[in-house]
Amino acid sequence: MNKISIENLTLHYSDGTESLRNITMGIPANQITVLFGPAGGGKSSLLRILNRLNDLADVTYLNGRVLLDEEDILSPKIDVINLRRRVGMVFARPVVLPMSIRQNLTYGLEVAGMKDRYRLDEAVERSLQQAALWNEVQDRLDDPAIALSGGQQQRLCLARVLALEPEVILLDEPTSGLDPISTGKVEESLQELKKTYTIVLVPHSVQQAARTADFAAFFLQGELIEYAANKILFTNPENQKTEDYVEGRFG
Amino acid sequence: MIKATSTSTTRYTTQRIGFGLLTAMTLFTVLPILAVVIYILVLGTPAINGEFISGFPREGMRAGGIWPAIVGTFYLTLGTAIFAVPLGIGAAIYLSEYAPENRWTRLIRIAIINLAGIPSVVYGLFGLGLFVLFLQFGTSILAGSLTLSIMTLPVIISTTEEALRAVPQAFRTVSISLGATKWQTIRRIVLPQALPGTLTGVILGLERAAGETAPILFTVAAFFLPRLPASPLDATMALPYHLFVISTQVPGMPVKIQYGTALVLLAFVLGMNFIATTIRSRARARRQW
Ligand SMILES: Nc1ncnc2c1ncn2[C@@H]1O[C@H](COP(=O)(O)OP(=O)(O)O)[C@@H](O)[C@H]1O
Ligand SMILES: [Mg+2]
Repeated sequence: MNKISIENLTLHYSDGTESLRNITMGIPANQITVLFGPAGGGKSSLLRILNRLNDLADVTYLNGRVLLDEEDILSPKIDVINLRRRVGMVFARPVVLPMSIRQNLTYGLEVAGMKDRYRLDEAVERSLQQAALWNEVQDRLDDPAIALSGGQQQRLCLARVLALEPEVILLDEPTSGLDPISTGKVEESLQELKKTYTIVLVPHSVQQAARTADFAAFFLQGELIEYAANKILFTNPENQKTEDYVEGRFG
Repeated sequence: MIKATSTSTTRYTTQRIGFGLLTAMTLFTVLPILAVVIYILVLGTPAINGEFISGFPREGMRAGGIWPAIVGTFYLTLGTAIFAVPLGIGAAIYLSEYAPENRWTRLIRIAIINLAGIPSVVYGLFGLGLFVLFLQFGTSILAGSLTLSIMTLPVIISTTEEALRAVPQAFRTVSISLGATKWQTIRRIVLPQALPGTLTGVILGLERAAGETAPILFTVAAFFLPRLPASPLDATMALPYHLFVISTQVPGMPVKIQYGTALVLLAFVLGMNFIATTIRSRARARRQW
């Protein structure tokens, strides 16, 4: 079952570059789908389309369809705010909001209108548990979030998305600034989270792609070169370019 | 070797001269300010007592107090705040968060910069024409406050806009990505983070309004009015104008009353400055980015 279907998606920014060229792919539910490839391939652009964060960018041309459960999310009729609650995003640099740990977690729920203290507290604990951060911060939920270490901040950013109970989680190189131990914790959480959520990950290395992916898509200069299950793509790719990249022959 | 050593000695000497020069220049800028404050303190302090602060002027302003002028300046500052603060902050939010970068926006910015450079007496004349005569507010606190508001707006708009722009873009992106609307993002994230900078700008703007003479000259200030204003449509005395009057227009005026008045005005303005500085440094220390 595909949670998301991308059909003939093409994207240009105002500087005229064709950042995505006729992309068609399905993103299966409850799997980790990895988008990888060299910088400038269009991976972040694709992620930002999936929760319409690209509305904030200078997009001049966007064509094609993106279906989330059969509903075209590029349609002007879609409720973008609601879409962003259903499709959460974790960025490369952990950006905690300038407030307490607890407030970071309840922010998304509060702007959605939830006031019930009990349910908010419940969401705080659940999301921190899911992001494997509860044990480290449960005694200092009201401290400023900025006081956490880099790895903890990134897991807080993940928890902040989980607090909204989204359906899809997008992660754009979430571990690029983290040490190997923190990276391991995040990757471990993802394996657990895919039971509940559909996950789309842009990894920070080919190794991470191979470690985490159920399905992997190789992007090169705006084109989807090859898309297959982990076993095939990393051991026996069809395309020469994919093979070269996976084996580290170009970077 | 020898050559290298001599070069470094020369450099060291040059650096010392440069450092000395800069220190001297800094001192030269601070000294006049200090001199003014001390001069006014020395000559003005003997005048300060209960009657001077809370009494009405007597004997053609040569005795008694300056209470009506203090109250007048307070009302004018308050009136200016009521008009200029919401308008200025609103305009700054629009310019920083909503305005598209186009020719129209650039035009507005250029207008604001130029407004800040207009001599205050021109504002005074404008206020006389528009508020006092055309809108028939008369010489009144209302007309004076509106005139001072227009003069103060550019300062408030520019400092507030700067404070808003200083809030990291990433906060906005994160907030939007968590399902907040643009307005929720502004109200819950951007404005609170920009508040200290905004307050500083507001106070600095109001401080300028409180100290100006020219804009109130034709629009509100009374030469001598030994009673308190009863409504916004009343004229009033005000500290800067009163100081001008007793310094130049009244023969036989005791020096200590002149400098006492200057001291009160200075305290009023420096007090506001002190509040602004305190807010800014406290906020800097607490800032989480
Ligand atoms: N906001 C933007 N405005 C203009 N061009 C952009 C923007 N974001 C990305 N691009 C361009 O689109 C192309 C793909 O970028 P991106 O999606 O960030 O790729 P990746 O994440 O694979 O590195 C690049 O050429 C980049 O310069
Ligand atoms: Mg990227």
